[in-house]
Amino acid sequence: MKWENYTTYPSSFKDDKVFDACGISGFINTDGKIENGAKVVDMITCLKDRENGLGAGFAVYGCFPDQKDDYCFQMILNDMETKDGVKHFMEKHGKVTKEEPIDVDVEGFVSLNPPVLWRFFYQPDEDKTMGNDDDFIMQLHMKINDGFDRNAFVMSAGKNMAVFKGNGWSYEIADFYKIRDYEGYMWLAHSRFPTNTPGSWFGAHPFSLLSWSVIHNGEITSYGTNKRYLEMFGYKCNLLTDTEVLAYLFDLLIRRHDIPPTIATLAFNPPLYDTIEKMTKEQQIVVKNIRMAYRSAMVNGPFSIAVGSVIHDDPTLITLTDRKKLRPQLIGESRDGKTFFVSSEEASFQRLMISEENHAEITNVWAPRAGMPFIARVGTGLLRSGKEEPFEKITLHVDEYPPEVSI
Amino acid sequence: MHKVKDNINYDAGHKVVTIDASPNRIPIKYQVLNEQIHQILNEGYKHIKLINVVGQRFIGAALSGDIRLEVHGTPGNDLGIFMDGPTIEVFGNVEDQAGNTMNGGDIIIHGSARDVTGLSARAGNIFVKGNGGYRCAVHIKQFRHKRPVMVFGGSVRQFFGEYMAGGLLIVLGLVIKEDGTFSVMEGNIVENAIGTGIHGGMIMIARPKEEIPCHFLGVGTKISDPIEPDMKDLEKVLERYSQIFHVDSKELLEMDFSKITAISRRPFASNYCSRSL
Repeated sequence: MKWENYTTYPSSFKDDKVFDACGISGFINTDGKIENGAKVVDMITCLKDRENGLGAGFAVYGCFPDQKDDYCFQMILNDMETKDGVKHFMEKHGKVTKEEPIDVDVEGFVSLNPPVLWRFFYQPDEDKTMGNDDDFIMQLHMKINDGFDRNAFVMSAGKNMAVFKGNGWSYEIADFYKIRDYEGYMWLAHSRFPTNTPGSWFGAHPFSLLSWSVIHNGEITSYGTNKRYLEMFGYKCNLLTDTEVLAYLFDLLIRRHDIPPTIATLAFNPPLYDTIEKMTKEQQIVVKNIRMAYRSAMVNGPFSIAVGSVIHDDPTLITLTDRKKLRPQLIGESRDGKTFFVSSEEASFQRLMISEENHAEITNVWAPRAGMPFIARVGTGLLRSGKEEPFEKITLHVDEYPPEVSI
Repeated sequence: MHKVKDNINYDAGHKVVTIDASPNRIPIKYQVLNEQIHQILNEGYKHIKLINVVGQRFIGAALSGDIRLEVHGTPGNDLGIFMDGPTIEVFGNVEDQAGNTMNGGDIIIHGSARDVTGLSARAGNIFVKGNGGYRCAVHIKQFRHKRPVMVFGGSVRQFFGEYMAGGLLIVLGLVIKEDGTFSVMEGNIVENAIGTGIHGGMIMIARPKEEIPCHFLGVGTKISDPIEPDMKDLEKVLERYSQIFHVDSKELLEMDFSKITAISRRPFASNYCSRSL
């Protein structure tokens, strides 16, 4: 897929003032209540000043309850011929249980120049996966992205979740994919202001792998280091955008290496050594070991991200900013304490509060500390508010102290 | 640009004009809202009430004169940017960069301020009832009678008053309730790198200096106990602050303050030009 074939500059991009930012929004119903996409569309479209019409996307969790055990491949394809090729390739390793075109409003948005958008429900063969379906699907995901001469890209390939993204304003993408018709307990939305790379269909956020989907505002200046590090573990970065490394890093550290999210985020945002000096001895050992083991997983540059995931079968929303909080992020809590909202600007919360049909009563708004994760999980509720100290509420068990060296 | 006019309500008796920033519950573009504010001011009104504000940016940008803006809702980034004289009172939280490069006037915030509040301010007052975010009051300066003053009722985050070259910053570390009663915050009310690169001005923190860890102090700063003239200065500002938020000013002044200033008159002289100059 040639990105220039799929890049359109909206007319208002030329005469409107351009701002430098991306918008992120999302929410999680920790009681598992299913809601349609109308709220998240309202939240992201009111951040119009943060985007320039070169990419937007949505992620929804819990949208296919009837087929929740099948991997749902949401595909961006150049033409129908490629679609047949991809299907043939997938069927070599498993069974396509259902396929359908993604329901889009093509007539209404001809100007977006949309590619073929297709959905496969998929079950890998047991003898191919060797008991680890997730690893197999991850490799399949990489092979499809890499193997079809840039004509086929996977938007998402998780269970009971889907990503919808494209090159346009957020309100266009929302109407194009009919986002309001889908229902889920967790929603993420992103509107893009591309800085270093072109706006394109496959380069829009969220970036997804398995059940991970990442929306990001900022820049990952350590992209090269992270990319080379991830290549050692079989991840291929070929979407021309820095954010994809974050999706793969979360998959590597939290799913494959089974590190708790609070510790994994310390690997992305390791404390400075003068901060480490002031910690207790156990904490110092932990943080220094993380710094050494995951040196190349450190994420540098300004960023504010929200990550949707399913960790050990529990849908979880994680948000994170860089160590100096160079990009904005706010968390809102509903009056009943069951729904948590995240956004770049408080305006998104205000938008829901004044709305009649998509009303939400958000009573508690706070800004998480720089570099500290906010974590909320369906079933358990709020795990970390983001206002804690790095090791608050965490018990450390350090069995072996490093040998004392004396000269 | 489409024009919305039905959202303006003239109350001639009270000389207050109300603008609904979200008519039919849909937010209007910030360009339209600011244009409407300008039109109403051109008609001679001095008091504007904005309701249902949803993240519209640049409210009060570069306005001057004796004007009063009341904001209900959440104003967007750069509230009161380049403002020179008006009073903006916000009933809620603000977003980033409120009071950016302001040159005079008051911004009163009955909620919390976010990151980079009051950056590059030249003069004027920012009174915040709640907390501040990261990098508040970066690069503020003063010249003769032009002196920016900012008071944060709660706590502030890292890089408070970084590169400041004048003005007065106050952090009270309180949780102020609706009725004006307050309780003292637990834990640290400031974070590290306070006043890094400071050249002038003064930061007052409502904690005794022993309770402020020395690694919080930024490069080129020193901490000391305030002296008599400093306290007089403080008294004037807190008098005003307590009137606005209905807090007892005597109780505020009874707290122990510590003062952070530049370590010398020109702490970074040798960094920029040779000593022979």
